[in-house]
Amino acid sequence: MSKLIRMDHTGHSTVAEWAPDDPAAVEAAVAAFRAELDRGYLAMVSTGPGHAEQVRELPVDAHLVILRLPIAGG
Amino acid sequence: MATAEVLPEAQALHWRPRVDAARLRRQGRLWTVSAAFHVVPFVGTAVLLMWVQPLALPVALACIAHAWVIPELYAQRGANVLRPRRRTGDGPERRSLGLLGDLVDHEARELHARTGLVLEPGRLGTWLVGEAGAVLLHGRRGRAYCYCVKVDAGHAGAAELPSGDRIAHLLLALRADEQGFATVANLSFAGARWRVRRRMRSDMRPALDAARRPLDAASSAAA
Repeated sequence: MSKLIRMDHTGHSTVAEWAPDDPAAVEAAVAAFRAELDRGYLAMVSTGPGHAEQVRELPVDAHLVILRLPIAGG
Repeated sequence: MATAEVLPEAQALHWRPRVDAARLRRQGRLWTVSAAFHVVPFVGTAVLLMWVQPLALPVALACIAHAWVIPELYAQRGANVLRPRRRTGDGPERRSLGLLGDLVDHEARELHARTGLVLEPGRLGTWLVGEAGAVLLHGRRGRAYCYCVKVDAGHAGAAELPSGDRIAHLLLALRADEQGFATVANLSFAGARWRVRRRMRSDMRPALDAARRPLDAASSAAA
């Protein structure tokens, strides 16, 4: 089961869960993904130890997609 | 999978030159020169005063104190980037630490449990990531570059993030584009590692020592 999670005040919230072979769940996850991006979140996937990648479309085959807020210099 | 190699936050700051190893060295040298410009005039004045009039000893001592305090204040500003921020509730803290734990290996997890900082090796050097900043040890001598960077406060919910999430935000951005991360962040201090270490909280110092080890090993191998 793949997960789309958002880091927020609760620690993190699961926004969507899907199995790649379940078109309805994938469609719902894609819709939720786009809604979060529209809210200003950035989507990240880990691509190995010490590496991450920003994604602009839901990678359906990814195990975990994490939504983060933008960062800025303090 | 559509990917972007450059951090979007760095793209937005198009006027900032992208940080690379050469730029880091230049910035390091500038900080050294700047520190010298702060220290040398005060020390010189103290020496001159003592030479002209030994009775001016109190004023000379005040000059020496200034020469000592100013670099210490800069180092304090650097160490402050690693200070922990206000905690949220226990539940969110635990959940955020669980997620952060999934992003790092066992050693980094253990170090974070002891110090509150995450050690992350990068191409520019070794990073220590905190809740509102990061310190990069760069170069053979491991000069410390202290960066102030955090989740953009302009977004709703940014202020209520638990500690693990704050670090995870920075860690993911760093992993996606290390140079972009350093470009977005504001450099608070660059200088000798020992200056920063002395100003860090004692429970955080082992993290700086751990970050130093790969650099020391590389120096030994090169010698």
